[in-house]
Amino acid sequence: MTLALIAALPFLGALMPAVAIRAGRSACATLTAAFTALALALLALQAPAVLDGGVVTYSVDWLPALGLNASFRLDGLGLLFAGMILGIGLLIILYARFYLSKSDPMGVFLTYLMLFQGAMLGIVLSDNILLLLIFWELTSLSSFLLIGFWKHLPEGRQGARMALAVTGGGGLALIAGMLLLGHIAGSYELSVILSQREVIQASPLYLPALILILLGCFTKSAQFPFHFWLPHAMAAPTPVSAYLHSATMVKAGIFLMARLWPVLAGTPEWFWIVTTAGLVTMLIGAKIAFFKDDLKALLAFSTVSHLGLITMLLGMGTAKAATVAVFHILNHATFKAALFMTAGIVDHETGTRDLSRLGGLRHLMPVTFVLAFVAALSMAGIPPLNGFLSKEMMLEEAAHTALGPAWLLPVLATIAALWSVAYSLRFLSAAFLGPQRHDYPHPPHDPPFGMWAAPAFLAVLVVLIGLAPMPIAAWLVDSAASATTGSAAEVHIKHWHGLSSPALWMSVAAIGGGFAILSAARPLRALYDAWPKPEAKAIFDAIVEPMAGLSRRVTATLHDGSLTRAVAIGTTAIAAAALWAFATAPHDAGTRMAMPVPPVVAIAWALVLAATAGLVLTHRNRLFALILVGIMGLIISLGFAWLSAPDLALTQITVEVVSVILMLLALNFLPRTTPRESSPLRRMRDALVAAAAGTGIGALAYAVMTREPAFPPISAYHLAQSKPGAGGTNAVNTIIVDFRGYDTFGEIIVLGIAALVIFALAEALLRSAPALSRLAGTLPRPDSAGDRHPLLMVMATRFLLPVALMIGVFIYFRGHNLPGGGFVAGLVFAIAFVMQYMASGLSWTEARQRIDHHALIAAGVLTASAAGVGSWFFGAPFLSSSYTYVHLWPLEEFELATAAIFDLGVFLCVLGAVLLALNSLGRLAVRAGETSSNDPYSIDPDEAR
Amino acid sequence: MEALIATTIGTLTAAGLYLMLRQRTFPVILGLTLLSYAVNIFIFASGRLVAGLPAIIAKDAPGYTDPLPQALVLTAIVISFGMTAVIVLMSLGAYFESGHDRIDMDDPEERP
Repeated sequence: MTLALIAALPFLGALMPAVAIRAGRSACATLTAAFTALALALLALQAPAVLDGGVVTYSVDWLPALGLNASFRLDGLGLLFAGMILGIGLLIILYARFYLSKSDPMGVFLTYLMLFQGAMLGIVLSDNILLLLIFWELTSLSSFLLIGFWKHLPEGRQGARMALAVTGGGGLALIAGMLLLGHIAGSYELSVILSQREVIQASPLYLPALILILLGCFTKSAQFPFHFWLPHAMAAPTPVSAYLHSATMVKAGIFLMARLWPVLAGTPEWFWIVTTAGLVTMLIGAKIAFFKDDLKALLAFSTVSHLGLITMLLGMGTAKAATVAVFHILNHATFKAALFMTAGIVDHETGTRDLSRLGGLRHLMPVTFVLAFVAALSMAGIPPLNGFLSKEMMLEEAAHTALGPAWLLPVLATIAALWSVAYSLRFLSAAFLGPQRHDYPHPPHDPPFGMWAAPAFLAVLVVLIGLAPMPIAAWLVDSAASATTGSAAEVHIKHWHGLSSPALWMSVAAIGGGFAILSAARPLRALYDAWPKPEAKAIFDAIVEPMAGLSRRVTATLHDGSLTRAVAIGTTAIAAAALWAFATAPHDAGTRMAMPVPPVVAIAWALVLAATAGLVLTHRNRLFALILVGIMGLIISLGFAWLSAPDLALTQITVEVVSVILMLLALNFLPRTTPRESSPLRRMRDALVAAAAGTGIGALAYAVMTREPAFPPISAYHLAQSKPGAGGTNAVNTIIVDFRGYDTFGEIIVLGIAALVIFALAEALLRSAPALSRLAGTLPRPDSAGDRHPLLMVMATRFLLPVALMIGVFIYFRGHNLPGGGFVAGLVFAIAFVMQYMASGLSWTEARQRIDHHALIAAGVLTASAAGVGSWFFGAPFLSSSYTYVHLWPLEEFELATAAIFDLGVFLCVLGAVLLALNSLGRLAVRAGETSSNDPYSIDPDEAR
Repeated sequence: MEALIATTIGTLTAAGLYLMLRQRTFPVILGLTLLSYAVNIFIFASGRLVAGLPAIIAKDAPGYTDPLPQALVLTAIVISFGMTAVIVLMSLGAYFESGHDRIDMDDPEERP
């Protein structure tokens, strides 16, 4: 349970900024950080069990038929990663609070950050690999939002798109790979998969699964040849870079390789692919990093290089190398996050992060310099810092691994380490050493404590782990490495391995070579600049642009802006498919007895058909067409009444009234006639399409009605249980408020949302300048009635109001047993009020209206929810209903049902929604110039006195 | 009777679609209304046609019609009002924003 809560907390935290941002930036950041801190605290409570070698699990069945369960696990590896994600996440929130300027929307930023944090946490805590994939995709999406946070920068948008294209594309491959893996192992639970090493590696599907999974990991972790997206993602705000590229996003691929290490590693295929990719990435990244002038670009390529290092170690396939990889994951997160943050500080305080414009900052920004100094030396692998420890262990492993000739891997690893020393030193010397300058864009100084506190904390960790690795870090590394390899790791971290250790001499060579390269920076730079280099972005664009162009062309051809064409194509396709299905399947004539046709019904039928034909012929006269629609609706409701559906008849006739009023109001603004635009040919085509579809639907309806149902209808149950189960004799109503109450609950919410959408649309219109200028003066039209408030109508509607309301109440109460109910009652009430609007005008009615329409909708939804939630207190599921009979003298015995409360909610929601919709149109009319008297024929007793 | 209902459904569908293929918003709204009628009657008719047997439980009732399609159609009628209202407002918005009530986007600039 705790595990699910830990994974959920960041997502809950993501909602907080929306609530808290108005309370100020600090309050908002504090509240959001509290969720991360709470998750971290809960994680710490689980830690003792995990460090003892246990695995904490929690599982809820979600879609067990698909093998998709919300199952979580926490072992040493998960603990290490979850700790880094939450711990560094906390520091990032603190840092971002000071980094972001007042003009940046910090609430949005924090929401994206927490979404990302939750997604990352989900990856490392998932036990079900399908669940893991969902979180994986979530990281791609949320990182897209984070990288492109500065929407106004084209680099930000392009970098975000590139990151999404590469990691999202890899994610697709990963889905396929994971599905194959689950298929081989026969389960989607990691705990099962991890025990199936022999089965998986013997399977013929092992290689495809491996390649697909590695594609996902390599794209995410920026391994060669997919490393190019990472530097472009540097357009993000620095807190994002510090988070995504030290502890989280790019480590997700590493995490997955470590997670699946027990079942995937150890084969030649794994060794060759993973080790080579890691080695090449490490070399390329380290070399390019040295020649970058942008502080963040330098760090970006160094990240690529270090990710390559970790990948290479995992690729070696030995438990020892995997242990070193785990240790370096931790070390890299600490020094790289600190370095990104110091780079951000330099950028923030000097206004540039271009190394050619920096230098001499050590006296101007002493605190920042100390932090950068510690972290950069750790990155270079200088003793005794933590980066030295893991790099030394890496070199040791490299010295004992043969990739082709025995000397190849150690030599290449040493060269990569040498470049690494060189770029770390360059980071320090070019920014902080050298003479002070006088042309910084801003006069530099150290930032406030809040901004350097986070990197300082990390720098302290760098030193502490470096000085005392055994007490500070070994237990965590031990636990994580044991969980990774599946065997006890027994970590021993030492500074001194003795003179006979090859790693010592490789290290010495690397440090010496690094200094040498730094001193020869200028000629090397000239050589580098003269060398032709493939520009990754150009290649990427060259691949993506034609594809984007093609899809643009396809889209433009399919959607040429003509909606009618799309409808015609869709209708024709469906009709053709139906015809094909009909023509290729056998069928007999229906056998069901036809119902006799009384003459009155035949006349009504002829009327509907005549009205329909008239409508099609005369639809250009819009008012006349609307009247015909009203006639059809009336006859249809009569038809419902005759065909044993009194509830439908009541609903249809009331809805018909409000619909026609609504369309009349709309017609008030629109042209009165439709111009003749389409050619005869076009009309012929439309008529053909429509006739084909109509014939098909009519034939289908006839076929259905002349046959008995293929299966006995389930409504026999509803009819039998209506009285004993739901306590009502009107089976239609008991289905609506009881048996299928969930449906109805959803429906009234939809109706409420529709009304709010209408309100918002009207509101938007009332705020748009072009719309307002067109709206002004359109009303009243020259052909409007002369008398705005006809005496008879005003008086009649006022007398009718209480009567109409009484009828509404009556319909509501009888609904459970006789035709009626909340829907119809709500509509009757709405009509009663709409009559007042029509007769006495908007301002008169609004002045007397005490309850807001929005409030009615909310009250309706809340009442219905209360009726549903209420059943929980009696231990019954949501929306269970109950009823009892009450005898109150002098009344007859009557029934009280909780379903009536639900129906009350339906009533309120329908009433509010209908009134809000019509009222929105009325407000448009007022802005269009419609005038109405404030008190037509009203006698105010106070005024009269 | 079945034939009459079937022809009604067919005619309403055809007329509704024809109006939806017009190029101005108001006929499209009317067409949508007709199509809603047709769909509602279709769903209702899937419970088969019965006269004089409403689904009101009574001791002496000779039988009942199928209440389930009725319940579905009842809510559908109300929802289709909500849908019509939204579309009406959208058409008004488009009319006042652009100055015309054509639904086809002839101008390439207007396309998404």
